[in-house]
Amino acid sequence: MSSSTTSTTRTEGDSLFTVWRKPQTRRDLLSGLAYLAPSMIVLLVFVILPVLTALFLSFTSWEARSTDAAFIGVKNYVDLLGSGELWNAVRNTIYFSVLKISLDLVFALGIALLLNQKLRAIGFYRTLYFLPVITSIVAVGAVFRVIYNPHFGLLNGFLGLFGLPPQRWLSDPNMALPSVTMVALWKGLGYDIVIFLAGLQGIPQTFYEAAKIDGANGWQRFRHVTWPLLSPVTFFVVVIGIINSFKVFSLIHVMTPEGGPLNSTEVLVFYIYRLAFQEFRFGKAAAVAFILFAIVLGITVFQRRVIEPRVHYE
Amino acid sequence: MSTLKSRRRFTKWGSYILLSMVAVIMAVPFLWMISTSLKGSQEVYRVPPTLFPSELHWENFTHVLDTVPFGRFYLNTIIVTTIITVSQVVTAILAAYVFARIPFPGRDTIFYLYLATLIVPTQVTMLPLFLLISRLGWIDTYQALTVPFLANAFAIFFLRQFFLTIPIELEDAAKLDGCGRMRFLIQIMLPLSRPALATITLFIFLGYWDDYLWPLVVTNSTDMRTLAIGLRFFIDESGAQFHFMMAAALMAVTPIIVVFFFAQRQFIEGIALTGTKG
Repeated sequence: MSSSTTSTTRTEGDSLFTVWRKPQTRRDLLSGLAYLAPSMIVLLVFVILPVLTALFLSFTSWEARSTDAAFIGVKNYVDLLGSGELWNAVRNTIYFSVLKISLDLVFALGIALLLNQKLRAIGFYRTLYFLPVITSIVAVGAVFRVIYNPHFGLLNGFLGLFGLPPQRWLSDPNMALPSVTMVALWKGLGYDIVIFLAGLQGIPQTFYEAAKIDGANGWQRFRHVTWPLLSPVTFFVVVIGIINSFKVFSLIHVMTPEGGPLNSTEVLVFYIYRLAFQEFRFGKAAAVAFILFAIVLGITVFQRRVIEPRVHYE
Repeated sequence: MSTLKSRRRFTKWGSYILLSMVAVIMAVPFLWMISTSLKGSQEVYRVPPTLFPSELHWENFTHVLDTVPFGRFYLNTIIVTTIITVSQVVTAILAAYVFARIPFPGRDTIFYLYLATLIVPTQVTMLPLFLLISRLGWIDTYQALTVPFLANAFAIFFLRQFFLTIPIELEDAAKLDGCGRMRFLIQIMLPLSRPALATITLFIFLGYWDDYLWPLVVTNSTDMRTLAIGLRFFIDESGAQFHFMMAAALMAVTPIIVVFFFAQRQFIEGIALTGTKG
């Protein structure tokens, strides 16, 4: 018992055999594996095996109605890359992500800067802005369906006050995707405001005082103090934001259950859902899922390799 | 000096005006939800829409409760979310302790494999999981809603990072006093990790409370629906009866908003913590 205290780092380089021969390191191995077992079983059976299965499925022509699942190599991928449906979904996903992240960055940072002054009632504003974040996404989708309703909705009623013509927010192919994106922005903004606010509060006041003594004006203080010191937070917001945007599904499925007019709101996950659970084309659905996986992985690697080195860490 | 002061007052008022404009945009959908949920079946379709209901129709709520088993949806959501949260926290404590404190050959390789599961989008594993669950005959059961999510690598990673900050000398001292590993973990490590445990518990709970795609895929009967899915089908079935739709939506969101008002600090500090340490 008492001799095992020094065993903390030594065993890393040893072989399994030498570990097994020493009673105290053998105990480490056994109890380590025992503690890991529950999570390991779950992750193995419900994450790792399914990923491999999905990869295998994506090389087959399996559909629910047919019993035979022929191995067809990369045919699913070739078909998909030549089909308009996949590119439509990719285009919609990119549109959603870029529009949402860019507006989110401007508004969340702007609002966080306003909140970071010494104002009263900051708690009140912060609470209110955060409320949509914890609100059920289905409820959010439902209330915006009512607000967006072309005949009886609040938004067209509001436009009518200014003599503006009513819009078909969710049923016009050119309007549906931006309309849904705005709701996603509304729902997620408070989260990023909180993150930016925490980042701003972490910047030491002495930097601002030094900048003031040097005669820097408000914009210069933002440009040369706030922005560079905030860049790790900005990086975090953008990375998480893009990855989550690429996986968007529920809000779109609630607001436009059919994927919008002319599939104008059909994003990648929506396309996977339609292929797998409405058309039961399992092989093809798995291939689209892997294309999504590759895109998300590509974005992550790009951000780590190219953008993160330029981020300013203290 | 006085111009500087008045300029500062000007920016202060400007800030308040801008913040209040955003506040209105954030609040209006909630107010609209409340207002619509109390309107009568005629007033919902009035053009231009009325902001305040001319008379209050509280029976909209009883109509929703009579049409769908809302209590059941709540119960299902609470059962499923609680099972997942408890299991993820317990498995994470055990695994995080190993990755922070019990070295053995191959441990770090296993750790990287765990981390690798985090980059896999659930949308990729969803289809094979669905096929597995239906082969097991679990469609429309609590097993289908919980078993695949009993452990999660993010919770493990998060707790491991926290465990690493606890001084190792503490453990050595405890061992000298004859304290076993499990006892050390439960009686010393966990009480010291209370803030991290609270944060991760809240995150897991919120993450599954409003889960949508998976419950949509593995439930069929009304009785097995979670709140999100139950509400979703109710909205579809109620057609354009906005007053019923909004009454149901309001009933779905109110409890979590009440919880939020009480645990607000915990929420906001937890998010700030993951954001700045990320």
